[in-house]
Order: sequence, then structure tokens, then C-alpha cells
Amino acid sequence: MKVALFIPCYIDAIYPEAGIATYELLERFGLEVAYPLNQTCCGQPMANEGDQENSAAAERLFVENFSGYEYIIGPAGSCVKHVRHHLDAIPQTAAVTEVRTRTYELVEFLHDILQVEAFPWAYFRYKASLHNSCSAIRGLHIAQPSEHMAPYYNKSESLLKMVEGLELVPLDRPDECCGFGGTFCVTDEAVSARMGLDKVHDYERQRAEYVISPDMSCLMHQQGIARKAGIDMKFIHIAQVLNGGPF
Amino acid sequence: MAKQRVDVAGNAASFIDQDDIHEPVHDKNLWAARMKRDAAARAVPEWEDLRTIASLIKEHTLTHLDHYLEMFEANAIKRGAKVYWARDAAEHNQHVWEILSARNIDAIIKSKSMLQEECGMTAFLENRGISVTESDLGERIQQLDNQPPSHIVMPAIHKTPADIAGIFAKAIGTDPNNTDPHYLNEAMRADARKRFLKAGAGMTGANFAIAETGTFVVCTNEGNADIGASVPPVHIASIGIEKLLPKVSDLGVFIRLLSRSALGTLATQYTSHFSGPRKGGELHIIITDNGRSKRLGLDDFWHSLKCIRCGACMNTCPVYRRSGGLAYGATYSGPIGIILDPTFDESKYSELPYHSTLCGSCSEVCPVKIDISDQILKWRKVMAAKKYLPISRRLAFGAAGKVFEHPTLFHGAETAASAAMKVTPHFLLYNRGLNPWGRHRELPHFAKQTFREWYLQYKQTDKDQEPQQ
Repeated sequence: MKVALFIPCYIDAIYPEAGIATYELLERFGLEVAYPLNQTCCGQPMANEGDQENSAAAERLFVENFSGYEYIIGPAGSCVKHVRHHLDAIPQTAAVTEVRTRTYELVEFLHDILQVEAFPWAYFRYKASLHNSCSAIRGLHIAQPSEHMAPYYNKSESLLKMVEGLELVPLDRPDECCGFGGTFCVTDEAVSARMGLDKVHDYERQRAEYVISPDMSCLMHQQGIARKAGIDMKFIHIAQVLNGGPF
Repeated sequence: MAKQRVDVAGNAASFIDQDDIHEPVHDKNLWAARMKRDAAARAVPEWEDLRTIASLIKEHTLTHLDHYLEMFEANAIKRGAKVYWARDAAEHNQHVWEILSARNIDAIIKSKSMLQEECGMTAFLENRGISVTESDLGERIQQLDNQPPSHIVMPAIHKTPADIAGIFAKAIGTDPNNTDPHYLNEAMRADARKRFLKAGAGMTGANFAIAETGTFVVCTNEGNADIGASVPPVHIASIGIEKLLPKVSDLGVFIRLLSRSALGTLATQYTSHFSGPRKGGELHIIITDNGRSKRLGLDDFWHSLKCIRCGACMNTCPVYRRSGGLAYGATYSGPIGIILDPTFDESKYSELPYHSTLCGSCSEVCPVKIDISDQILKWRKVMAAKKYLPISRRLAFGAAGKVFEHPTLFHGAETAASAAMKVTPHFLLYNRGLNPWGRHRELPHFAKQTFREWYLQYKQTDKDQEPQQ
């Protein structure tokens, strides 16, 4: 199976280890992983502002780069949600809709498509909390939202339960938004920071040593908050745990 | 125009920064309401089906609204009510004024009505010498503090008992140091009694209006609407055109959803049906549009008319809980406010759609399945297309758009750190002095090597290690 790896811009620059872990993990499952070199951004930051004009070029380039692959896999829920649900600043040609439906977030790809049953190489001897992003929960249905009355499921949690040594601790407010919200984190700084601090305090109450997430953008915000508040806690991408590094 | 724009983010920051009590307590109380709502909803096995049915009934009714409005009018008249039509707030208030002045009424008692809030009715009547008393406890607190309601269902939820003790001490002479809710409640109850007896008319809103019977239904927890409608000789009800339901049998669906969604209780304490005037009394019904027909014509936004004003979206909204409802500077606050307020004034409320993380919880709790979160994003598109965005924001995204459009620009950076500068909240670059990222957050550590650099190196090593043919 030939798949393309979509590495969002902030992972490329700030959290390359999350990208490396994703790449290695996919290779472990015998996939032929291509990384289109001309990729930049999916257009989400502009589109979330309502700025269709400025997101169109990024979206066009995204489709150009990722056409022709069986699956396009990105280790980032909010970017994948944008591609699947909101990449509509450009005309919806067959190529565009094809790319949109073939783009998967890493956890849902592992869980739904590869149907992985074990990560024998992974070992993580820590107490950790899981943070599924709102985009991943309510946009990609990676987990049952707490306010929706239907049977419980949580794909990231199911995968993490296969990792030896890992102890997952539940939160007081399991899927409360952390306040990142893309541009929201700077345009609405006070509310964003308060939400982030409340989130970090919740982890602290559960004595989590690590916070694990399929969305590094939320963690960039949470990590910044924790560091400023002097809270000793580590934040890593789920791919790093499932792949057994790099840490 | 820009001067008039509500600075919701700034207002929310003031709410958070005022002290260490208001925001945390506000957040905690509303989260508790959300938890009670979850428990109440979970106890109803068919909860999600009820939401779907409620949504369909509302969609159907809104699609045939003219038909049901006329049916309601005819049936209400048959039962002896007098029915008036109001295109906008001015017409609504004029009707009320004419009814009151024709009867020389100079004091009214009213229960909660978001529509009357929308119309600015209280100020209108007070300017004409009419004394207006809110009878819902939360609304009364807000009235005495000269503030609009901050929440649809819990108008004074942003206040602490100490705040309320201070307000009551000034208004009705209670002990300013006694913050016991029972004491304060009892004191206000005694004060309200006198006002109920003195009022020449009682005003209510309506939660639902039933077309087939001409009946309307008012839900309260305090019974205040019932006294207001029963003691004074004249009852005036303001009803928005979207409140219609076709049949009595539809009502059960909504009654089961309303209070469970709002407060996590099985039903409101009082669910009163008004079918014509009581013996010897008068009943006046003012059916009011005030922008609703215009909204009904908006393809992307007409679903907001399904709203039954339960406030569940506010309770669940993590941003609203940290902001307080007054931050929105509008009649409606929280997620539902974000999508309703711009229909009244796009420029004034152009910042509201950005006061959201788009987490989507509002859409999931909404008992009538309004796609609130999607509508918030759609409003952003409207604001961006109409250039309501602040200049700084437009510049930042114009520049970002360019960088992302051209791979060479994006990858042109020689080092990982400079690549990081391109994607780290780039608004920082436009706002160095303020640095909104860094007030409460450390910057992320930049990686030594980008993923792209690692990949190219990895591929090179791979090639080097391939056996030579």
C-alpha cells in the first residue's frame, strides 16, 4: 500500500519528532510512505478566520501534492478535519474531492483502516493523560463526545491501551476544550490562557507525568502554559508513544 | 462604525482579570449545569431521537410558518384573545404602549422574555412613565443593577451572593453583610408581592405557541409568570414568530427536552398553558417578527430559528464560561448569541464569531440540533468577505497565505529556527509589543532540524546503503 505523509507546517518546524515517529510507525506496518516535498500547509489557519481568499492557494497546492495516493495520512486532527470538512475555498473538482476523502488522521488510519492489534515494540512506563482535540472528537469522530448520548468509544485510548507499561489517568473534564483554537490563542489571549491553565491543572490533579495527544497544536499551547506556570509535565504526540520514540 | 464594534475578547479579559472569584465560580456553576444536563439526558434512552424529532418539527413549522401563524391567530381569537402583529421592535413596543395607555395603566409586572429584551421594551415604557418590575429573581437582580441578562435562563449567573447582597441592600434595604440566598430570596419575594398587587398588567413571553389550539405555553421555575398573568386584570404576551408548534402533541417532545437541556431537571416547576383570557380579564398577544423573517431567508443561518432558548450551548461553551455573558454586549450571548446577534447588526457584532475555539460542543448539546459551530465558521466567512476583520488580522493572513502558496518561500529557510518563525503564531511578528502568545505562555523550543531536513537526510542515507548494482 502506497501512502503519502502529510506533515503539517508546525510539526515540520517545531515538532519534527512527531513526524519522524509517524513515518517510522507507518513503515513498521509495511507501508510504502511517500513524503511529497512541495507540501506547505492545508489552508486551515486562513480558512478558520473565514478568509477563503487567502486559503485558496494553500488548498490548491495541497491537492496538487497529494493527488494519486491511496491514503494521505496526517498526524494532526485539526488539519485533517479541515481537509475533510472545510477544504472548500477552491472549486470542488473530482481531484479535490478524491484527496479530501482519502485523507486520514493517524489514529483513525491505524484504528479503522489498518486495524492494528498490537504495538509490540512500544513500552512507556509513565502515568499519562490523553488529550483528544475537539477537531478529532467532534470533527473526525475519533471518540464519543461526552455530551452526545451514545455508547462510549475512544480510538486513541484503544490504541494506547496496547502499549505496555502505560497507565492512563482519566480527567475531571475529559473532553473540555483546552483553548488553543488556532488564531483564537492570540486574538483571545485571556480566555485561551485561562482555559489552558484549567486544563493543565486537571492533568496536575490526576498526577499525570505525560500528556499524550494526536494533536500537537493543542499541546504547543498547553506546554507553553505549563512551562510559564512552572508545572513539570511532558507533552508528546501519540505517534511517539505508539512507535516507541523518538522522545 | 469600528468604534461601535463590541470588543468581546477585551470584555472577556476584564471579566477574568477583575478578581479570583467571579470567573472561576461562573465556570464551575455552569459546568455543573452541563453535568446535570448530561445525567438527565443519559436517563432518557431515546434522547438523541428526541433531538432529531424536535429538529424536524421545527424545520417543518418554519417551512410552513405563514400557514401556522394564521392558524394560531384564528384559534387564539376564537378563544377570546386580542391578537396584534408587529414587524419590528418599534411596532411591538407601540402596541404595548397603546394597550397600557388606553387603560391608564402606570405599573406592570413582567416575567422573563428575551423578545422583550430584544425590543428594548422596558426602557421604552419607563421613558413614558410606566413602572416596570421584573419578577424573575435573576432578571430582577439584573434590572436593579441596571444590566441586561447575561444568560438566557440564569440572567445573573455572573454574580456572586455578595454582589447580590450589595444590590438588594441598596434597593430594598436588606443587610449588606448577609449573603444567605434564602434570606435574600425571601426579602425579594416580600418586595415583589406588593408589586404584583399594584400592577395594572402582567406581561409574559412564551416558550411555545400551539397553532391548532391558539394556546401558548410559558415555562418558569418560580411561578412568577403565573401570578403576573393571573393577578392583574390585563395579560400581554409577546411571542416571536418562531415559537410556533403545529399541534399539542408536538409539545411533549419539547417539554421533555427543554428543562433537561437547560438545568438538568425533568421539567420546569411550572408549565402553564394560556388558552384565552380568564373570566373578566383581557388577553393581548403580540406576534412579533423583529428580524426573524429576514433570518428565515438566509440559507446558511435560518436553522438558528429552531432555538428554544434553553441555554445549553452557553453552559457547555468553554469560552462563554470564562467570559461571562455581558462580554458579548448583546441581547443574546454565548454560542447562540454569536449566530443570532450579527443578524441584527453585522458590523457591531463582527468580532463575535471569532470568540470561539470551534470546539463544537454547542452543536452536540443543542436539543433542536442547530449546527451552531458550523454557523459560527460561516459567519467568519461573511465577516472576512465583507472586510469587517481588523486590519492587523487581514495583513497577517495575507502574508501567511503567500508563504503557504509558494513551497520555495516556505522551505527557503536555511535553519529550522527560521522555519519555525514562519509558522509560530505569525501574528506575533505583527504585534511584537503586545506579544499575546507570551503573556501566559512560553514559546515552544525550536527543533534543531525540521522534519523535512530529517527526511532528506534519511533518504540519502538509505540510498548510500543500497548495494551498488
